[in-house]
Amino acid sequence: MHRKLRIKIFEKASLCRHFETNAYKFSEKKLIKIPIYLSAGQEFISASLATIINDFCKVKPLIFAQHRCHSTYLSFGGEMDNLIAELLGNYKLSNTGCMGGSASIYSKKINMFGHDGHMGTQVPIGIGACFTSKKPTIIFMGDAAAEEDYVLGALGWAATKKLPILFIVEDNNLSILTEKKVRRNWDMHDVARSFKMKGYNLKDSPNEIEKYKKFFFKEPMLLNINTNRMFWHAGAGKDSDKIFDRYLIEKKILGKEAEKIDKKFNSMIKKKWEKHLKKQ
Amino acid sequence: MGKTLKETIKEIIRKHLKNKKGKVFGQCLTAVGWVGGTLPELYEKDGMIELSMADVAGGGIVTGSALMNEKPIYVIRYQGFNWYNAPMIVNYAAKSKEIWNTPCPVFVRGIGMEGGIGPVAGSSHHSLYYRMPGLKIVSPMTPKEYKKIYNSFMKDDEVYYVSEHRGSFNNKIELKDDIKGKKDFVIIAISITRFEAIKAKEILEKKGLRIGIINILWIKPLKISKASIRCITNSKFGAIILDDDYVDGISNSIANKLTHMTNKKIFTLGLSDKSAGFHKKVDNLPPNSDQIVKKIISLTKN
Repeated sequence: MHRKLRIKIFEKASLCRHFETNAYKFSEKKLIKIPIYLSAGQEFISASLATIINDFCKVKPLIFAQHRCHSTYLSFGGEMDNLIAELLGNYKLSNTGCMGGSASIYSKKINMFGHDGHMGTQVPIGIGACFTSKKPTIIFMGDAAAEEDYVLGALGWAATKKLPILFIVEDNNLSILTEKKVRRNWDMHDVARSFKMKGYNLKDSPNEIEKYKKFFFKEPMLLNINTNRMFWHAGAGKDSDKIFDRYLIEKKILGKEAEKIDKKFNSMIKKKWEKHLKKQ
Repeated sequence: MGKTLKETIKEIIRKHLKNKKGKVFGQCLTAVGWVGGTLPELYEKDGMIELSMADVAGGGIVTGSALMNEKPIYVIRYQGFNWYNAPMIVNYAAKSKEIWNTPCPVFVRGIGMEGGIGPVAGSSHHSLYYRMPGLKIVSPMTPKEYKKIYNSFMKDDEVYYVSEHRGSFNNKIELKDDIKGKKDFVIIAISITRFEAIKAKEILEKKGLRIGIINILWIKPLKISKASIRCITNSKFGAIILDDDYVDGISNSIANKLTHMTNKKIFTLGLSDKSAGFHKKVDNLPPNSDQIVKKIISLTKN
């Protein structure tokens, strides 16, 4: 991967990471009073995809996601102020009048559609939107949502209709705390292939994700991307301190330039949160 | 003579596809019968979209289409199938405008039928939608009513649940209210029970009772004229609501509202509180004219 592109991806990931670290902090301090679902640890998926789709595919896709989607929103260009407002309960500035909360991020500006709270419904709904509009569409789901019967039925229909959809499974191996191996003996990339669409199993490294860009939106494709969540299923807490952290690895590989970016976003985002909190 | 209701629906759908470039979604639409003769013989290239047999996913796909300002029509061949078809309609399409200020209007054609078709396919299930916010419920039984509802939907940005009944598809006549003069008892009828209500009225009037009739087209929001409310208020014994669904849903809710509005006793008669079997002896059918007559006579005697 070209270094310039990798740095660009790191910038988005850094923005997401510092946003989530602050959200964690303020949730812990009870300044955020609604349930939150943090995407820290998984941010390289959306950061890589948003950068590649913007630079390489040059399209503005319809975006469908569910909870743990702050990074999706921020990576694809959602306004950070609106998201902070949503989490802090500032209904005038929030995109949904605070109806959506953390789990149902919506933004007309970036074509991101809200989620109703039932895991996986964004899959059939996104497929219907793509079928009717014929617009390139990206649909995010978790490894647990992927098990919903209606997700599987909808994937089969999208494959039959050969729709230009990129399905992303953010596979952190956990449904709340139940591991994948307890729940099933099959893999999503195999399921995709059985539906006769392209399906791949990969790590959340930008290098790996970039390899598949030539297939984006040409036909339906599913990427099962293995990743790790830093924080609990909901709220502020940690499953373990020994979680593999892609962010630290990338920062180390990219060296001083990344460190500078990290510092810049750390300070900038901290100030943004503080500014909003002062208005509370 | 004018067109039947099924011919009217077919014509509306043809125009929806051909003139408005809309879409109709459903399962087995292009099969023999074309959903009781209510669909024109058109295919996917014309906007008639065959969904897979994945019921829950199908409702989601239609919801997604509605998000793109398409105003899709969604055909559910038997109302009982709504238990699997409705989840994303009621949880997403109906809430989208309120939560995200993004209208997601779907015209859901739920088709009722009964008689030897068992516990799932039989009867109307409009009460399933009733408790959810953000949608409208109607039950047109005549050609004019159907046109009115479709036109209203096209000007609106809400989800419509259109509770149809196969028993009305050959109907050509418009059904009128009878609320003039003082009544002993008033029948408030929903869906297919509207036809039996007319027969019951004739039998009861021969027995010397003055019977009023109020037809309910708009179930949610409930649209009932002031004159109709006056008719119930001035009646001697009150009113009865007839429904093709279980009474612990729409009919008991409407009865409660009307009791407060009129200070009269409002009774209900619908499906029995049991599952419908396939054999005639164990079926669960909407009230027929004899049952309605018997019930009203017993109520006027007590």
